[in-house]
Amino acid sequence: MGKTILPYIISGISVGGQYALIAIGYTMVYGILRLINFAHGDVFMVAGLMMVYMAAAMPLYIAIPLMIVLTVLLGFLIERVAYRPLRTAPRMSVMISAIGVSYLIQNLALYITGGLNKNYPSIPWISDRVHVLGLETSRVTIITPFLTLLLVVLLVLLINHTKIGMAMRAVSLNFETSQLMGIRINNVISATFIIGTFLAAVGSMLFFTNYPGVVPTSGAMPGLKAFVAAVFGGIGSIPGAVIGAFIIGVAESLIKGLDTILIVNGTITEQIGFATFSDAFTFVLLIIVLVFKPTGLFGEKTTDKV
Amino acid sequence: MKQNEKKVSWISFLLVLAFLGLVFWLDQIIKPTNKMYMLMTVLQKGSVYALAAVSMNLLNGYTGLFSLGHAGFMLIGAYTYAIFTIPSSARDTVYQYFDAAIRISFPELLSNSMGSAGTVLGVAIAVIFAGLAAAFFGYLIGLPVLRLKSDYLAIATLGFAEIIRAVFQWQKLGPITNGSNLLKNFMRTSLFKLKVGDTKLVFSTFVPVLIATLSIIVIVKLVNSTYGRAFKAIRDDEVAAEAMGINLAKHKMISFTVSSFFAGVSGAMMAMVLSIAQASNFKAAMTYEILLMVVLGGIGSTSGSVIGSFLFVAASEWWLRGLDSGKFLGIEAPGIFRNGFRLVVFSVIIMIVVLFFRKGIMGEREISDLFREKKKAKGAAR
Repeated sequence: MGKTILPYIISGISVGGQYALIAIGYTMVYGILRLINFAHGDVFMVAGLMMVYMAAAMPLYIAIPLMIVLTVLLGFLIERVAYRPLRTAPRMSVMISAIGVSYLIQNLALYITGGLNKNYPSIPWISDRVHVLGLETSRVTIITPFLTLLLVVLLVLLINHTKIGMAMRAVSLNFETSQLMGIRINNVISATFIIGTFLAAVGSMLFFTNYPGVVPTSGAMPGLKAFVAAVFGGIGSIPGAVIGAFIIGVAESLIKGLDTILIVNGTITEQIGFATFSDAFTFVLLIIVLVFKPTGLFGEKTTDKV
Repeated sequence: MKQNEKKVSWISFLLVLAFLGLVFWLDQIIKPTNKMYMLMTVLQKGSVYALAAVSMNLLNGYTGLFSLGHAGFMLIGAYTYAIFTIPSSARDTVYQYFDAAIRISFPELLSNSMGSAGTVLGVAIAVIFAGLAAAFFGYLIGLPVLRLKSDYLAIATLGFAEIIRAVFQWQKLGPITNGSNLLKNFMRTSLFKLKVGDTKLVFSTFVPVLIATLSIIVIVKLVNSTYGRAFKAIRDDEVAAEAMGINLAKHKMISFTVSSFFAGVSGAMMAMVLSIAQASNFKAAMTYEILLMVVLGGIGSTSGSVIGSFLFVAASEWWLRGLDSGKFLGIEAPGIFRNGFRLVVFSVIIMIVVLFFRKGIMGEREISDLFREKKKAKGAAR
């Protein structure tokens, strides 16, 4: 029994770590701008695509840092071009703009790749096979959760102990007051996008190493799931997003393997097809959370003012 | 003033009749082999998307409920329509791997007793059935999600659409939905032909246009009724609306269910126009496209949504075709104008509209308002 479940749990924790890195981008942007950045998942996909093209043209030790820098630049530009002009517009307009950016990025990726699956380069060391607890898996599966936790700890330190971190906390608490206090909110928002896309770029490296390739729609589903993770943990809260992402990653992986697990266990004798619901389950979780605890696990309570 | 209103509604009634007559006439003269058949394709697909956009606009534009679950309701409509119009002779080839559970085909059943009138009636019943199925699920989904606000509502409805898609693809539901395989061979637009005397009349484009027109008229009537005014009040200020005695839960539910109904109808139309129904086509991307059509036309304007969706379909299916095939406006550049370029240009245009022309083509006005404004301007000049 344990032997059948274990591989699913390990891969679930790994996927959870990757979702966590994307979810932080969502939760930070939402905390400050109250915007669901629908384009975040697509930025994640672009990071994967850039890696594919650059690994073919230059050595990896240049390609990886360059990919991260370019992805961060893309995140910065999206905020600059598509969200900043709408700062005073109703929230719905900004959300529509985010959907428009996502549409544009996907179509652009479709044009450049021709819609073909692009094989992700294998990065030495992290894509090596290793044996852990009697299971064979790639090293990235083992590294991901630790790397994620390390990055999260660094991020929390940054937010709690630096000037820009303090500014971020102030802006997320109250946009206008912090502006009056002399905080340059545009810089703070840019910094948020830069941190978010940096983590998404790192996440994309870990995520796509375990997958056969990148297609223009690769970012959509992980993006939505990461967002759900952010909502689950309480949007605006970084530890919440990370815990939510791990829970969703493990649950999703277990559901993918539920048929096999139950058959080995002897509960059922034939395939039921639970794997069809591995994506849908995330949304079931989302709806349960939204209906019973709309602020998520760690979210702060807000009251609507008239 | 009253008389003026009456005059406007008479004029619009006659215009609609004339438009339907024109479509009917075009249907007879333009054959699928004709070069101009592109126009008919645009009319067919355009009317599908027009209804989808108008029904989404009812929710997003008039009631202020930002919902992103449209693709899910369209899926329900498409499948319901397809399942209930597959003729018994084709059933076994469609349900290759399953034992079909639903063995009723409305058009077939009614045509046995009523002839070709029965077929027409059967299609109509199947379309209404599709709408009712979508509305029923809309009601069930609305119960929990309508308590949520703005972005939470958006993400919850998006989630439900994904759940619906997964359920319809589930292997265990194969006898009803054919699992992840597509549904085909049902009543599609290319079969909409009638023999009257010696002449063969074609209704391939007329039927979808007619369904869309009738549905849009119903939505316009709803928007202009007291319910519509309540919707707009909720959109503008929920708290104020509630203070004025508007039952928020009830009106939100009405708007959500009606919108789901017409989304289901447009899903059924999509199935008959594309002649297949497959769950994997109804992704969130479809909802986004419809939303962008609404934005293009102007959020909160029904005629805007119609114009927006026809422009969207015409541009992507017809006018910008050249961008994909090497030659556009006489410029030949196969290196740049290759597959997918059309969509890139298109999304850039949409981004420009979203960023700089936030009101879209019509803003919150309707076509009839434009005439009225002109008259007013004339009156003022005098």
